[in-house]
Amino acid sequence: MGTMLKIDNINVYYGAIHAIKGISLEVREGEIVTLIGANGAGKSTTLRTISGLLKPKDGKISFLGKDIAGKPAHEIVREGISQVPEGRRIFAEMSVLENLELGAFIRKDADGIKADMEMVFRRFPRLEERKAQQAGTLSGGEQQMLAMGRALMSRPKLLLLDEPSMGLAPLLIREIFSIIEDINKTGTTILLVEQNANMALSIADRAYVLETGRITLSGDAAKLAASEDVRKAYLGG
Amino acid sequence: MEFSQQLMQQLINGISLGSIYALIALGYTMIYGIIKLINFAHGDIYMVGAYIGFFAITQANVSIFPALLISMVVTGLLGMLVEKLAYKPLRHAPRISILITAIGVSFFLEYASMYFVSPTPRTFPEVMGNVAFHVGDLVINGQQLLILGITVVLMVILTYIVQRTKLGKAMRAASFDTETAQLMGVNADQVISFTFIIGSALAAVAGVLVGVYYNSIDPLMGIMPGLKAFVAAVLGGIGILPGAVVGGLVLGVIEALVSGFISSTFRDAAAFAILILVLLFKPSGLFGKNTNEKV
Ligand SMILES: Nc1ncnc2c1ncn2[C@@H]1O[C@H](COP(=O)(O)OP(=O)(O)OP(=O)(O)O)[C@@H](O)[C@H]1O
Ligand SMILES: [Mg+2]
Repeated sequence: MGTMLKIDNINVYYGAIHAIKGISLEVREGEIVTLIGANGAGKSTTLRTISGLLKPKDGKISFLGKDIAGKPAHEIVREGISQVPEGRRIFAEMSVLENLELGAFIRKDADGIKADMEMVFRRFPRLEERKAQQAGTLSGGEQQMLAMGRALMSRPKLLLLDEPSMGLAPLLIREIFSIIEDINKTGTTILLVEQNANMALSIADRAYVLETGRITLSGDAAKLAASEDVRKAYLGG
Repeated sequence: MEFSQQLMQQLINGISLGSIYALIALGYTMIYGIIKLINFAHGDIYMVGAYIGFFAITQANVSIFPALLISMVVTGLLGMLVEKLAYKPLRHAPRISILITAIGVSFFLEYASMYFVSPTPRTFPEVMGNVAFHVGDLVINGQQLLILGITVVLMVILTYIVQRTKLGKAMRAASFDTETAQLMGVNADQVISFTFIIGSALAAVAGVLVGVYYNSIDPLMGIMPGLKAFVAAVLGGIGILPGAVVGGLVLGVIEALVSGFISSTFRDAAAFAILILVLLFKPSGLFGKNTNEKV
């Protein structure tokens, strides 16, 4: 399987704060890769840099062989990378349907958009029932589904998910994770950021552990899940 | 005149004036919505719009409707240029820097206009003749009808753009959450430019209409209506489009009632008293939700 995303030794700063300290990682076509780590480790910063919301000070980011570091966010999504941001960030004052339409903002193929809308509604039937509803009135779980559906509407090759389990009940988390696996099976590569390391490692192929801006461990997800260090630090014993 | 008739007459006057405020307030509120800037130069953009209309009519000898269109286009481009040159470089600077810059742009437009078109007021040409419509004892003059008609048409067009078109959706999305809109592929710079064009074009229409209504324009004519429209935008809830329209109309009507039944010297005081009351009792405005976000 070919490399899809390759990050090579990037540094990212917020003013004087050095948030990402020379990390490198790789996502191969068809994989689910997870990036785990504690609060403030730099997980969201990494995803935001891939999406072009932040610019790395140095280092390389290549996607399907193309250098994308420093490109603006609105161009990155056209390359085929879509993000479900932390906290969902749905457009609360717009309807569910309008949120999904915005997800397809970069596309012009009306028929394809319609077909993908139906695909999203099949995956998340609750969104179809509520399509005229204001998105801000959805429950937390439904908002997560909407954020995921919206991201899928751009038909991404690589889907970045930032803590999709945040604030959800255990049953719903399980549902969301099985949907993530399903999205992956239908051909979308996934980079998943999580604090819920247990769940993330259970569906991922490979994993990276991030600690205060550095990658401290990486490898096969199942092996990491079994490793003593990871168990102690992230899996509660 | 009977009291009820006089009341009706003042309402008509107030709605005409209020339409002007609404057109200016829309620009304030749209620009605030998207870059969180109170664009203090907006009243001066309106003044420039009035002059462009004036020169189109007097120099290019066009009639009122082409003059309005020319003014919208030229003033819209001016608004876009102001944003690109003065505000865009400060996009990531502290809020106060850009606010001060807006005040600077305001002075620049006022005094550059004085230099180029002279500070002397100009008499706006008569474009409507002396038509007046009598409904019972009420009088609606041609200028008022023009103002109302054009305002309604522009509101319909604006609503269509904002609610139905892709660009309008991008505008609403970027106003709500610029970063996430960018993640959808929305080019924020383009949307901001477009917002300045629309807001400035609406102000230009207001400028030309005021020229038609009051017959006189001058380089400082934007100061007071600019402040009033700001009050209107705050009254309706800054950032909310229908709020700007309702705020403008309410303000216009209150001013007309105060001038008609108390004294026109209290007109401006009434407008600013409203600002103070809104800020004291409902700072989010008539249409504003008390921000209570779900996390
Ligand atoms: N806008 C910002 N300005 C300054 N510092 C920031 C900003 N955003 C994040 N940081 C800092 O960068 C570091 C990494 O933050 P980041 O949000 O990437 O962490 P995270 O791993 O996603 O954490 P969490 O699990 O809590 O979401 C933290 O120390 C944080 O305080
Ligand atoms: Mg985070």
